[in-house]
Amino acid sequence: MTSHKRISTLLGVLMLLFASVLRAQSSDHVSATTIPHDQLIQPADLNRALQAHPHDLLILQVGSRVLFQESHIPGSEYTGPGSRPAGLDAIRARVANLPRTQEIVVYCGCCPWDKCPNIAPAWQLLHQMGFTQARALYIANNFGADWVAKGYRAEKSQ
Amino acid sequence: MKGAFRAVAAAVVLTAPLPLLAATLVNRPAPPFARSDLNGSRITLSAYRGKVILLNFWATWCAPCRVEMPRFVGWQTRYGPRGLQIVAVSMDDDVDPVRTFLRGVQPNYPVLMGDAKLGELYGGVLGLPVTFLIDRTGIIRARFEGETDLRAIKTRLCALLHSQ
Repeated sequence: MTSHKRISTLLGVLMLLFASVLRAQSSDHVSATTIPHDQLIQPADLNRALQAHPHDLLILQVGSRVLFQESHIPGSEYTGPGSRPAGLDAIRARVANLPRTQEIVVYCGCCPWDKCPNIAPAWQLLHQMGFTQARALYIANNFGADWVAKGYRAEKSQ
Repeated sequence: MKGAFRAVAAAVVLTAPLPLLAATLVNRPAPPFARSDLNGSRITLSAYRGKVILLNFWATWCAPCRVEMPRFVGWQTRYGPRGLQIVAVSMDDDVDPVRTFLRGVQPNYPVLMGDAKLGELYGGVLGLPVTFLIDRTGIIRARFEGETDLRAIKTRLCALLHSQ
């Protein structure tokens, strides 16, 4: 390979790397599908856990405040959308002083799982902070269809 | 007639897994409401009696909603003269991201901010998007939730526009 060809190849690789960095920076959506399956909890399982040990779990709603006001899992707390810095800051502040073994479940349910912009950043934050028992509630369609319509307990804000 | 029946059947299938309260809204009068839109104009649902209303609950963070809106703009242009009136209700927590997003979409129909009360009025909007089709007499004829094939909404919409 001539030095000219080597330089061209190197430039090509650098351009591809630069383009991928730009794409990563411009994308504001981290898909929920990036959360490993063993870090998910199914609605039926969470419902059972809430009935058995309602006070052991910290449940955080990391999506829309309006939807939370309409209906949410009893005892859950609204922190703000995980897709926005303010929402992540609120999650960080809420869990800062908790033992890293605290069982935490984050959920959103704003839209279909693979389209949800909030759940993956919220779960990732907890994971990065060292919470080993942090899981994400798998909501396939939305909170109405996959929780309320299943007959699991829900309440609205006062 | 057969087409209209198929459209009704499609709407029923789509509404099947929804919360009971939301599903029972179909074939009942649309709950009345009045709000100011983002331009400050007073929007009263009952003022659109005689038109077919597409009432769309959406939010800027909802990816399927963002796909739908440009199509709705096209529908308002195309079917507006035949009696279509689209009304969009944002379920965003704040108005700022809504204004920013709409600068790119340039909706040709009113957009107003919703809240939990309005969501509850419509049977609980607990996931987005949610779209209601309301006939010319003010009766809800279909409810579509989630990432819906827009052709299904359009088929039902055209059937309602044909009816008087």
